[in-house]
Amino acid sequence: MACFLIPAAEAVVTTIATKALSSHEKKAENAEKTVGEAPAKMSFSAKLKWLDGMLWGGSALLAFEHIWHGEIIPVFPFLTNAADPASAAEMLREMGTAGVGMAALVTAVWGVMVGISRVIEKRSEKTEADVK
Amino acid sequence: MTLLITVFAAIASTVVWYVCPKRSEMRLGTLVLMFWGASLMWLVDAVFEYAELGAEYFSPAPADMLNDAFLGLCAAALGLVIWLGILLFKDPKGVIKNTLSARKK
Repeated sequence: MACFLIPAAEAVVTTIATKALSSHEKKAENAEKTVGEAPAKMSFSAKLKWLDGMLWGGSALLAFEHIWHGEIIPVFPFLTNAADPASAAEMLREMGTAGVGMAALVTAVWGVMVGISRVIEKRSEKTEADVK
Repeated sequence: MTLLITVFAAIASTVVWYVCPKRSEMRLGTLVLMFWGASLMWLVDAVFEYAELGAEYFSPAPADMLNDAFLGLCAAALGLVIWLGILLFKDPKGVIKNTLSARKK
């Protein structure tokens, strides 16, 4: 019905966070460069972009599915189920269950991806240290 | 079927991302994340539908299955079009920029 709006809303928040974090990290990186050493690890903002990509991409394709099923229309109120109160209540219930579930699953998978990337980074750091 | 087609698109794009040395330049990561994001979201949709319908979920009517398959293919095509749009807009090889500047001359 409109479940994709929850991941889309999360995508807006994470994109703003990514932009803010990215500029903060660039400033810190420039300060570090004056000292002499460049950061070897992938920045957190770069990892946050993975979440942005999954949320925006998934929301876009799901929005297309809703257009396909005639649930999104080009005129106000844009969502066919928002027109009458009974359908609107059902739509909100679906947003609260499936929509939140989608956002939670995508975020959880991203969390696992970040965890695995940290393990790989630590392993490569250890290998480099062993070589030295 | 929509979920299945999107998962296959996600797997295929991930394999291409893994083997292609120009993955960053070609912005393959964007395509991979888009398909995996959609796959995860449709998986949640499928779980809720399964909870509602039970075993009936696995035996859809042929017409519904065909419609879902068509939707899945269209969604995969849309994903590719979005990726292509981003690639051409970012223009990592400067092809469009060079073409436009050559036209001006």
